[in-house]
Amino acid sequence: MLLSTRGLSKQFVGLRAVDSVDFDLPEGEIRALIGPNGAGKTTLVGMISGRIAPSAGRVIFDGRDVTALPAHRRIALGMAYTFQITSVFARLSVAENVALAARRRLKGSAVGSAVEAALDRVGLLPRAGQEAGDLAYGHQRLLEIAMGLAQRPRLLILDEPTQGLAEGEIEAFKTLVREVAQESTILLIEHNMRVVMELANRITVLNFGAVLAEGTPAEIHLNAEVQAAYLGGVSDAAAG
Amino acid sequence: MRVYALHAGLIVLLFALHFLLPAYHHGNLARVMVLASYAIGYNILFGYTGLLSLGHALFFAAGLYGMGLGIQHLGLAPAPAFLLGLVAGAVVSGGLALLALRTSGVAFMIVTLMFAQAGYLTLLYFGTYTRGDEGFVIAQASRALWGIDLSDPGNRYLAALILFGTCLLLSLWLVRTPFGRVLVAIRENEERVRMLGYDTFAHKLAAMVISGTIAAAAGAGYGLLFGYAGATFASVQYSIFPLLWVLLGGAGTVLGPFVGTLFMFYLIDLSSGITTAYMLIAGVVLVALTLFAPQGLMGEVRRRLWKGLP
Repeated sequence: MLLSTRGLSKQFVGLRAVDSVDFDLPEGEIRALIGPNGAGKTTLVGMISGRIAPSAGRVIFDGRDVTALPAHRRIALGMAYTFQITSVFARLSVAENVALAARRRLKGSAVGSAVEAALDRVGLLPRAGQEAGDLAYGHQRLLEIAMGLAQRPRLLILDEPTQGLAEGEIEAFKTLVREVAQESTILLIEHNMRVVMELANRITVLNFGAVLAEGTPAEIHLNAEVQAAYLGGVSDAAAG
Repeated sequence: MRVYALHAGLIVLLFALHFLLPAYHHGNLARVMVLASYAIGYNILFGYTGLLSLGHALFFAAGLYGMGLGIQHLGLAPAPAFLLGLVAGAVVSGGLALLALRTSGVAFMIVTLMFAQAGYLTLLYFGTYTRGDEGFVIAQASRALWGIDLSDPGNRYLAALILFGTCLLLSLWLVRTPFGRVLVAIRENEERVRMLGYDTFAHKLAAMVISGTIAAAAGAGYGLLFGYAGATFASVQYSIFPLLWVLLGGAGTVLGPFVGTLFMFYLIDLSSGITTAYMLIAGVVLVALTLFAPQGLMGEVRRRLWKGLP
């Protein structure tokens, strides 16, 4: 098991955002994490990646209890996190953004080739010299992903990566994720049900901070409880 | 290549000016170079790492008094006294960093300001040794470095140039290293840097120690070259000065601190020749600059002429 959580909980004032979640993610899988808005998805991956301190419970990564480790140490162990709200270094060049991600594990000229490779993979190589803040929104999302790739993570956490992408870009994104999945395990928070159904090996559904269901896309698709949670199902969730 | 040529060119120009300038401006420029070294140190933390400290006078004074008290009370020679000043600056900035970096933003400004103020009051409190506000003169005899009399204007200018050149090239090198790039990234978006796996606290701590030690080098150099140490140098205005110089010259540019210090020095020098209300003129010019060149003089150069200027 690459990643496990046991009894992981987060209590905000007057709100139990995540409630005793036991979650297991085997190596090599593409796992989607879905659920209605406010279900606790971002809080859960925040606790997994170390951005948010849990109120209770444990996070085990690669057989090691990382609950007490600060975020940067967990990242160094092989996690990568791409932000839901695009969070690139707007005033730095596209290449420098990726180089910052690559330099943590590489030195010297190896950085340059890793940057080129990551940018080439997401199709941003022609824009390497541009300021990141000047990129179109969809391109900034792709830059986020390139920064994740440059880290060569064992676990890549993608928080709503297709949000704001055009139809054609989503197609390219799906191809990209399938490629990346050859070498990394992927945890994907996603609202676009078509992306989820096509990409994920398994799906975990979160509702009111607790795991509602878990299974293959086909199983989840037929699950009545999940349908109820989404109140109208797939089309509503895609809009949310 | 152009980058190194530009910065080395400034040092060569300053060396040439040593032979060309009339005595008055020659003396001014020596002072400006030492103060600009102080501003270079400040710029590492403020301009590149994005941390606004209001307590750098503490580090300047740590260098000044570490050196001065070493000569005065321990009978040290100038070179070890200068080193003692550097060590004092490193220790004080490291200590303050451990406390102040637990905060950020406005709280960081207040904490640094308060500790610098405490340092200033400490200097006054131990007036028996520090001579408080009145300060003490560092005798000419104890300012001979390896037989070179640093109170001689020519030697002083060249010593100031060596200090300034070292600080300038050090900061140019630093901001282009991977470490320096991470500092810039912290300035832009600290949370993102952390989520790329960097220990941002350790980076900020190192930046503050480097910044404080350069400020201390300037303080120690100032005392050695101009022969005086006084508590005024630890007061809040000496924390504000480097902020102004760096803002005027261009925060986050390597040449900005020098340009800003030079500009401000001559702004006050020239306007005080015209009127006793020289601070009014200085104030108006500063307001105009903030309005029309908000990124400082070198910041404008970078924006308009040379995008890759470090």
